[in-house]
Amino acid sequence: MSFNNTTADPELSEGHAELTAAQAQMGAIEVHGMTRGSFLVRGTLAAGAVYGASAVAPFVSQALGSSSTTASGSTGDVEILNFALTLEYLETAFYKEKAKQVGLSGQAKAYAAQFAEEEAQHVAALMGAIKEMGGTPVAKPEFVFPVSNEKTFLALASVLENTGVGAYNGAAPSLHSKAVLGVAGSIVQVEARHAAAINLLIEKSPTPDGAFDPPQTMQQVLAKAGPLIKS
Amino acid sequence: MSVESPGIVERLVRDDTDRKRFLKMVGGAGAASFGAFVLAACGSSSKSGSTAATSAAATATSAAAPAGGDVGILNYALTLEYLETEFYSKVLAANLFKGKVLSVIKDFGAQEQAHVTALKGAVSKLGGTPVTKPAGKFPIENATQVAELAYTVENLGAAAYLGQAANIQSPEVLASALAIHSVEARHAATLGTLVKKPILPNGAFAVPADMSTVLTAVKPFLG
Repeated sequence: MSFNNTTADPELSEGHAELTAAQAQMGAIEVHGMTRGSFLVRGTLAAGAVYGASAVAPFVSQALGSSSTTASGSTGDVEILNFALTLEYLETAFYKEKAKQVGLSGQAKAYAAQFAEEEAQHVAALMGAIKEMGGTPVAKPEFVFPVSNEKTFLALASVLENTGVGAYNGAAPSLHSKAVLGVAGSIVQVEARHAAAINLLIEKSPTPDGAFDPPQTMQQVLAKAGPLIKS
Repeated sequence: MSVESPGIVERLVRDDTDRKRFLKMVGGAGAASFGAFVLAACGSSSKSGSTAATSAAATATSAAAPAGGDVGILNYALTLEYLETEFYSKVLAANLFKGKVLSVIKDFGAQEQAHVTALKGAVSKLGGTPVTKPAGKFPIENATQVAELAYTVENLGAAAYLGQAANIQSPEVLASALAIHSVEARHAATLGTLVKKPILPNGAFAVPADMSTVLTAVKPFLG
């Protein structure tokens, strides 16, 4: 028995076989000092400082303007949903449009077609959730993907999917609405499955961070996704 | 994943011994609240397509929380992680795999063990008492059957965490549960590629499983 989509030799577990006791500490995956609502305001201000307000704007429509009142309640949830929506726009464009430009084959092509459809469903669900909460979905930005062949495409796919997992895991504890949390949880599980599949395809560990997927702050997410946003 | 079977749920409602045994294990919920779990289970159903997200949210919201709050949920998760750890340990002992697949199985087993350690620590930190490890029994026949069982078990684990996310009170506990949840999902997808089954058994939106559904599904594995 073998994985149908891996061909070369390197161990899948490369670099991840050693699960230290230290990794098992709950403290390592706690969100230090995070309070409800602080994720976006703090994250947006920090990211804005690094990337400029225009790069940050597509992620959050109102957080910068309303930071003095702090993002809380349904406002905070809408901001988080818009942040997630931007990432899903990005993934959809990547799998749909960029995949066509690059020209994929085999399993990569099959995954791109499947994942494009699923990310588009996430976009639709998030837009619906934002409207239900009385918010306005952010517009789809223009993206630029620095990939030119299947290899670089899959490498970026891995970054995007794994970053997506961290983004949802990082933002979810700041959500107020249990219904929104349910949607976010449902989506992040799918992102994690995408991430594992892509990682296996490029011979990376399906669990690159071991037993716990670390939450990522908005600043960490923007460090990876921000440069891909053109406008 | 669609593991729900109203027939079995109904049987469990009547089967006092089984439900008391499990509830004792997860931290002492009463029979009355078990009824609430079952009602929640009967009221939820797996839908596909565009309604799935709404369905997932509704299920996550309506599912009853285990008694004992976050400690109850953590002990419930701990029980599942104990079973997964035991499963991988028995699979490894059976010596059915080699090469890359063996390496993955070893990793996953070690990661489940890390989840056990983390959850025990979290229960203690919240002032609770971690549940004891249940006896597990698993059919171990051949590589294909075991890999398919692992796929089922991991999908169930992911659905179980998703089913409890909205019940968790503490943001820290939620962050920890989410960090484990997505790893269970990665395991499930990896095993899906191995046994040539869908990496996304429910499409674009993962479906949560409530406690009674999970209980029904793991019952055959409790020794």
